[in-house]
Amino acid sequence: MQRRSFLKAGVLGAMALAAGGALYRQLNPPQLERYALDAGARTIVAVLVPAIAGPVLPQEAAARRAAIDGAVQRVAGAIAGLPLTTQKEVADLFALLSLAPARRLLTGIGDWQSATPQQLAEFLQGWRSHRLAMLQTAYQALHDLVLGAWYADPSSWTALGYPGPLQELSA
Amino acid sequence: MTSPIPDPIAAGLEAGWKVIDASTVRQDLMLEADVVIVGSGAGGGVTAEILSQAGLKVIIVEEGALKSSRDFKMREADAYPNLYQESAARKTKDKAINILQGRTVGGSTTVNWTSSFRTPPDTLAWWQQRYGLKDYTVQDLAPWFAMMEERLHINDWLTPPNANNSLLGEGAKKLGISYGHIRRNVNGCWNLGACGMGCPTNAKQSMLVTTIPAALAQGATLLTRTRAERFALQGGRAERLDCSALTADGIEASGRRITLRARHFVVSGGAINSPALLLRSGAPDPQRLLGKRTFLHPVTVSAATYAQPVEAFAGAPQTVYSDHFLHTAPVDGPIGYKLEVAPMHPLISATALAGFGTAHADLMRRYAHMQGMLALLRDGFHEQAPGGSVGLHSDGSPVLDYPVSDYVWDGVRRSLLTMAEIQFAAGAQTVLPTHEQATGYASWEQARKAIAELPMRKLQTRILSAHVMGGCAMSADERGGVTDPQGRYRGIANLSVHDGSLFPTSIGANPQLSIFGIVAKLASGLAEELTGRPAPNPAPQPLV
Repeated sequence: MQRRSFLKAGVLGAMALAAGGALYRQLNPPQLERYALDAGARTIVAVLVPAIAGPVLPQEAAARRAAIDGAVQRVAGAIAGLPLTTQKEVADLFALLSLAPARRLLTGIGDWQSATPQQLAEFLQGWRSHRLAMLQTAYQALHDLVLGAWYADPSSWTALGYPGPLQELSA
Repeated sequence: MTSPIPDPIAAGLEAGWKVIDASTVRQDLMLEADVVIVGSGAGGGVTAEILSQAGLKVIIVEEGALKSSRDFKMREADAYPNLYQESAARKTKDKAINILQGRTVGGSTTVNWTSSFRTPPDTLAWWQQRYGLKDYTVQDLAPWFAMMEERLHINDWLTPPNANNSLLGEGAKKLGISYGHIRRNVNGCWNLGACGMGCPTNAKQSMLVTTIPAALAQGATLLTRTRAERFALQGGRAERLDCSALTADGIEASGRRITLRARHFVVSGGAINSPALLLRSGAPDPQRLLGKRTFLHPVTVSAATYAQPVEAFAGAPQTVYSDHFLHTAPVDGPIGYKLEVAPMHPLISATALAGFGTAHADLMRRYAHMQGMLALLRDGFHEQAPGGSVGLHSDGSPVLDYPVSDYVWDGVRRSLLTMAEIQFAAGAQTVLPTHEQATGYASWEQARKAIAELPMRKLQTRILSAHVMGGCAMSADERGGVTDPQGRYRGIANLSVHDGSLFPTSIGANPQLSIFGIVAKLASGLAEELTGRPAPNPAPQPLV
C-alpha cells in the first residue's frame, strides 16, 4: 500500500475504532487492572527500540540483542509504574499494534519482525504528524517510553558525556 | 543502600516517630486527631508544623511513600516512579501538557529545583482588586515570607551559576534585557544539580527535612501510602475522611480502609488532587467554581547547542532568571513570561527533545553541549487565559482539562522567539525549539523566520508544567471562589484548603515560597482559632 493511501485508510479506520471503543467503554466500564507487556508487545517494543533511539545501539549482534532486551525490560518497568488508567491506555495501544488488520490499516506494517527501517520510520513519522490527535499521542507515548528507557540506563551515558551521579552518594 | 550522609528520617523513625506505612497494615484503621491534614507538601508541611507546635494533635495523610536521603541515588529511573505523581508522566486530558508534581513525603518540595520567590507585587495587587483579598498586600505578607525564609534558609545563592544558567544571563545582558539571581532554600548545598531526584545530602530545605520532622517530633502521626478518597459531609461539616491504604508500589488500593475523624480538616494535596478530593466528596459548589481556573504556568522549552560544553546536568539547577517579559505589557495585556533554565539529565532531556531515529541520536550526541531554556507563561490574568478544569476519571482519579487559546499560543510563539534570540546572543551554534516540526536553526535570522511559521498546535508544540495552581480560589465574595480569604471552604465549617489551589490566578513565579508564606499566615490563624492562644513562630528545631 502506498503511504498516502494507508494514512487515509488509517484516518477512517482509527475513527471507526475510536467510535467503537467509546461505545464499548460506555457499555462496559473498564475494569482497571495492571498491564504487563506480553510476548507480542515485547516483540513490538524490541523492534521499536532501534527505530526510535536511532544509531546509538551497539552493532555487534549479541551486545545489540542484550541492549534491546534491557530497554524492553525497562519499558515494561516504566509501564508498571503508571496509574492504572494509563496502563489501560497503554494496553489498548499494544492491542491495536498487535491486531493484524488494525495494524496494517494504521501503521502500514504487515509484520513487526520483518518491517524494514524505512517502513518503521514512515509509520512513526505518519503518527507523529497524523491528523488524529489519538495517533499523535500514541506516537508520543512510544517516543517517551523508548527514549526514557534507553537514556535511563548508565550504558547510554558515556556516549553522552554524562558522568552519572556522584559515586560516593549513589552506591 | 548506603550513604555517608546522616539521614534525619532514619534517625527520627528510630527515635519513635509515629509513621504508619499503610501498605503494611493488615486490618482497617480508625484514627482520631484535632486536625487531619491531607498532603505533606508545601501547604501540608507548613500547616503540620504550626499546628503541632501549637499543641494540636495532628495526622498527616500522604499518598506517596516516605523516602529520604539514603534512598536518593540521583537516578532518574528510580526518582520519577518513586517520587512523582504518575511516574512524572502526569498529563492533561488531551495529553498535550506534561505535568511534574511530587508524590512523596514533602510533596513537590522534595523534588523541586529550590527556586524561591516572594509572590510578585503585581499578582498581589490583582488579587486585591479582582478578588477582594485586601490582607494580601506586599506589606501584610512580608513578615510571613520573612518567617518562612528564615525557617527554610532561603538566601542569596553565592556560588557562581553553572554554564546553563550563566548563558541566560549572558544572552540577556547582550540584548539589554534585565535579569537576576534566584534565591534558594538550601543549607550547605553541594551544588550537585540533582534536586529533581531528591536531595541526597539533605541540604535542600524541603518539607521532608524541616516542617514534617518538626511536626513528628511534636507527636504528629504521618500516614504514608494512604489515599484520601472522600469526606463524609453532614450538616455543613466534614464528619470524617475515608481513605484507602495503597499497595507498596502505590499503584492501587490494597483493600484496607482507613477512617479519620477530626475537629478540623485541612486539604493540601496540590491543585489537582485537592479539588479532586473535594469533587469526589460532593463538596458544596453553588457557583460551579470548584476545580475551575486551574493554572499551569505553561512552559515552553528551547534547546541550544554551544561550541563549549555546557553540562546542564551539573550544578544548582536554577540560579538565574529574567522577569523582563513579565513587565513589557500590563499584567492583563498579551501574556507575559518568566525565563529560567532547566537542569538536563539524560532521561528528561531525551524525552523532551522531539523526533526519533538518526535525527534524535544526532541531537543527543550534542547533549553535553546543550543548554535548556524555559519560559513560564503567566496564565489567569486575561479572559482568554482562564486556566483549565479538574474532573474525575471513572475510577475517581483526577484529570485536568486545559484548553490553550490563541491568546496563549501567541505567548508560546513569542516566548520561543525570545529564547532563541537570547541563546544566539549568548553564542549558540544552533537553537531548537521543542516542537515536532522544528529543526535546529543555525542563526537568529533563520530561527526568527522559522518560528514565525511554526504551527502553534497542541501535541506539535511541546508544553510542560511544574506549577499547578488554582481550582479552590480564595475570594472575598462567594461568587469569586470556593474558599474565603482565610482559606476556609465555603459551606463546610471545619474544612480549610492550604495549598497552591487557593491562588485565584497563577503566581508569575515559581510558587513554593508563595505557598509557604501564605499558608504560614493561614495556619497561624487556624491555630489561634482552634487553641484560643497565639500561634507559635516556627523556628528551626532539633530534628529528633
